[in-house]
Amino acid sequence: MSAPLLSRVYEGGAGAVVTKSVGPRPRMGHPNPTVVAVEGGLLNAMGLPNPGAGYFTGEIERLKEAGVPVVGSFFGASVEEFVEVARTLAGVGVDALELNCSCPNVEEEMGLLGSDPANVERITGAVKEAVNLPVFVKLTPNVADIVEIARAAERGGADAITAVNTLKALAIDVDLRRPVLSNTTGGLSGPALKPVALRCVWEIAECVDIPIIGVGGVSGWRDAVEFLLCGASVVEIGTAVMTRGFEVFREVAEGIRGYLAQNGFKEVREIVGLAHEA
Amino acid sequence: MSDWRMRPEAVRVRRIVGVERETDDIRTLCFRDELCSGASPGQYVMIWVPGVDEVPMSLSTIGRDGVSSITVRAVGEATRTLCGLRPGDRVGVRGPLGNCFTIVGISPLIVAGGTGVASLKPLAEAMKGRGLGPTFISGARSSDQLLFRGRLERLLGDRLILSTDDGSCGFRGFASECAFRLIEEQPFDAVYTCGPELMMVSVFDAAEGRGIPVQASLERYIKCGVGLCGSCAIGPYRVCKDGPVFTSEQLRIVRDEFGHRRMDPSGRMVEVGH
Repeated sequence: MSAPLLSRVYEGGAGAVVTKSVGPRPRMGHPNPTVVAVEGGLLNAMGLPNPGAGYFTGEIERLKEAGVPVVGSFFGASVEEFVEVARTLAGVGVDALELNCSCPNVEEEMGLLGSDPANVERITGAVKEAVNLPVFVKLTPNVADIVEIARAAERGGADAITAVNTLKALAIDVDLRRPVLSNTTGGLSGPALKPVALRCVWEIAECVDIPIIGVGGVSGWRDAVEFLLCGASVVEIGTAVMTRGFEVFREVAEGIRGYLAQNGFKEVREIVGLAHEA
Repeated sequence: MSDWRMRPEAVRVRRIVGVERETDDIRTLCFRDELCSGASPGQYVMIWVPGVDEVPMSLSTIGRDGVSSITVRAVGEATRTLCGLRPGDRVGVRGPLGNCFTIVGISPLIVAGGTGVASLKPLAEAMKGRGLGPTFISGARSSDQLLFRGRLERLLGDRLILSTDDGSCGFRGFASECAFRLIEEQPFDAVYTCGPELMMVSVFDAAEGRGIPVQASLERYIKCGVGLCGSCAIGPYRVCKDGPVFTSEQLRIVRDEFGHRRMDPSGRMVEVGH
């Protein structure tokens, strides 16, 4: 993903941009079909295509030159790889790191690092020790108890929890009688994911003290406010770019502002987690 | 229930209802799809070849009567499989996707190279439908590689100008050289092009020299087709969603990449070839 394209997201009204996840070396990702629309959302199994962290530093430098706040999303197959990529990204001035240990589409290669609390704590701790930057840990909803994983990230020193990654899912075609995606399964995003993501944010907010970044099906200001009321301090937007275009960022930001004004609030923080008090 | 299945981003499986042999290695595959019948010239579809791949293809016929088509040259595994399909075989279709050509002016020049003719034939038909008489340069390596010759001759008469690299038919040389001469001689007020990228760059430069606006249909490695994954980025644009058709204004912004660099499937920049 190119720097000029991410700059457009920022110019579209986002407060910061999160890069696609980068790993230690170039990856082609999975063959097509990698994306298909389903009822209420989108399935994808991109398979973490990326040019490698070393190469991607050029794009980050361009973003920083343009004054864009950048969250570097990164992954690895081992603690050592996570640390290596975190150092590379930190070296070119990303403002924060988002530790992606929760991609549902690379299980066979990388295992389920993000489903095991001990792993999450270990990786988070190692990355925090290696870099002097805020680290957000992005969690998978494909676990029985997401709170357990969130607590592990907090113990590891995470500065925030990003909840959630996509929900493991499948699309099948009745004429061809086979799965649509080349990877068979994919991750569900978009409106259908939102109630699951809200529940995850709610549960995590009850049990951890660090801030939560809400993600999953935000396509309008009302969705964003729902996440804030559940306990998220910030929201991320992805799939809605398909349906709403880059204008979605400004629409959501202005919508939140309007909601706060109409309801007598001055700042976002006043409504973060407010629904827990009801 | 809702009509999500009729969204362009959802996949529909369609039977091939006809196959036409255009050249040794090029086939036109016809299929019925309601959404494609409502497409605009320049738009593309993602064609799913089950078990092989899913690839972007321009619509070479927009079937107002129900039957649309794609025109495929066998170059890789997916396109070779497509060229071997027979009536009754099935493919998945997502689309129509991307933007389209916008008809401007009254004296258009269309410059097509190779299979680039595919997306420009529907444009020429739309122009004729509006009473415009486009001049159409169709270029290929040799006469046996010229696509849609008969159909374009019937549509355009002597405004169809054929060009072959080996001189076996019409103008001898590249379609871009042929275009350069015509642009010098005639007062065109819009240029539309699709074909090999280096040809389009030459056409663009020639038109820029005369201040004529260009619309060029670009090709990049497309994965998602819906503007999310960034695999097809060129400068600040996504070929799959902001394109595939780009205006002179946009081409100037990406001039350092247009004809020079493109992203490979991992996102690394590689040189653009012919």
